[in-house]
Amino acid sequence: MQPFEYHSPRSLPEALRLLQELGDGARLIAGGTDLLLRMKQGQLAPRALIDLRRAAELHGISFSPEEGLRIGAAVTLRELQRSPLVRDHCPCLCETASWMASEQVRSLATVGGNLCNASPAADLAPPLMVLDAQAVLVGPQGERRLPVEAFFLGPGQTALDRGELLKEVLVPPTPGNALYLKHAPRAFMDIAVVGVAVHLRMERGLARAVRIALGAVGPTPLRAGPSEALLEGSAPTASLLEEAADLAARACSPIDDLRGSAWYRRRMVRVLTRRALDRLCAASLVGEGT
Amino acid sequence: MKQVIHLTVNGDSHELYLDTRRTLLDVLRNELGLMGTHRSCDAGDCGACTVLLNDLPVTSCLVLAVACDGAQVLTVEGLRCGDGLHPVQQALVETGGIQCGFCTPGMVMSAVALLGEKRRPSEAEIRAALAGNLCRCTGYGKIIQAVQRAAGEAT
Repeated sequence: MQPFEYHSPRSLPEALRLLQELGDGARLIAGGTDLLLRMKQGQLAPRALIDLRRAAELHGISFSPEEGLRIGAAVTLRELQRSPLVRDHCPCLCETASWMASEQVRSLATVGGNLCNASPAADLAPPLMVLDAQAVLVGPQGERRLPVEAFFLGPGQTALDRGELLKEVLVPPTPGNALYLKHAPRAFMDIAVVGVAVHLRMERGLARAVRIALGAVGPTPLRAGPSEALLEGSAPTASLLEEAADLAARACSPIDDLRGSAWYRRRMVRVLTRRALDRLCAASLVGEGT
Repeated sequence: MKQVIHLTVNGDSHELYLDTRRTLLDVLRNELGLMGTHRSCDAGDCGACTVLLNDLPVTSCLVLAVACDGAQVLTVEGLRCGDGLHPVQQALVETGGIQCGFCTPGMVMSAVALLGEKRRPSEAEIRAALAGNLCRCTGYGKIIQAVQRAAGEAT
């Protein structure tokens, strides 16, 4: 590892000032479970690290009926997994966190880090996308909000401008249900070969607010627009769900790598999309009392 | 580049002047001579270096020491139960949950963290809590039995 300065700002304004002063040689660090590894492996050699963990503004989970859940970027995966507020309002996010990495890594790794690394396989991305979450970015010019799906520009590339950082994620209240299915050889300690998240709610037998997001099958996590359009407002029959799953498999652009071939990933997108749709339609119908 | 940090390890406070590149694992082993915390993958995958940082289990190879200023650390050396072994350690001995022993300190710390949070974990909860600890002898069955045994005795 190359030598680096270490800064631990106590507030968000101090972090932003340091980011501006130190410029391109500086990297932001939160949990460090990914960054430190890349530094050890010589893939990154920042001149300075700005540790965001002591900035109180980046912590905490809160809920309001208007805005929904607010999840600070420095909230750890452990906190997310165990938060009663998240369990009440977005249980899908607790469930997703519980399958990520290990206890030890979840004690360190953060929600913001999972998004800012911009891995196409980031597990929190598909569920946040189908929950219609917004990313709150803050920089010298103030705050701006982006849908989470617009935050990812490519592998390792985000919409953060120079001098900006991710402050929090906002998840609006939803009467619907969401589900994230992760496909990996091991239950824990593994990266998704394919991840599929689905959100919908059933209203008088019709599917509404249908959103489907796919992970690890393109340069960024992506929405399966054609599948959503097909299902929106429809009465979900088996053949329609099958067609939607098929369209999802066609909407992605997976690659061959050591975790799986493009062919296999595409097949798994179809299988997992169908499975998630089946479960959500069944769960939602039960919820409707039909 | 160096910085001063204050760290409490197993109840003893230390003032350390450290290169910013040092991990918590480096400091425990090389500065403080606490060799019970093992280094293996050095990448957060194996769990051999698990310690409790402010009561939470972490892979100490993935933690910068300078980020721990003011923190409390518990390592396997800090587990005491009178003059004897901690119930988790005793249970590992009794069930034969130790083979080469390399993963044992990390397994113990993960199990201690689990039992601190849940007194009677289910087998699935034990497996989930130990998922980040690899046993290269693959002796998982008896390790899980040992945690169940320790949980039984703790109540």
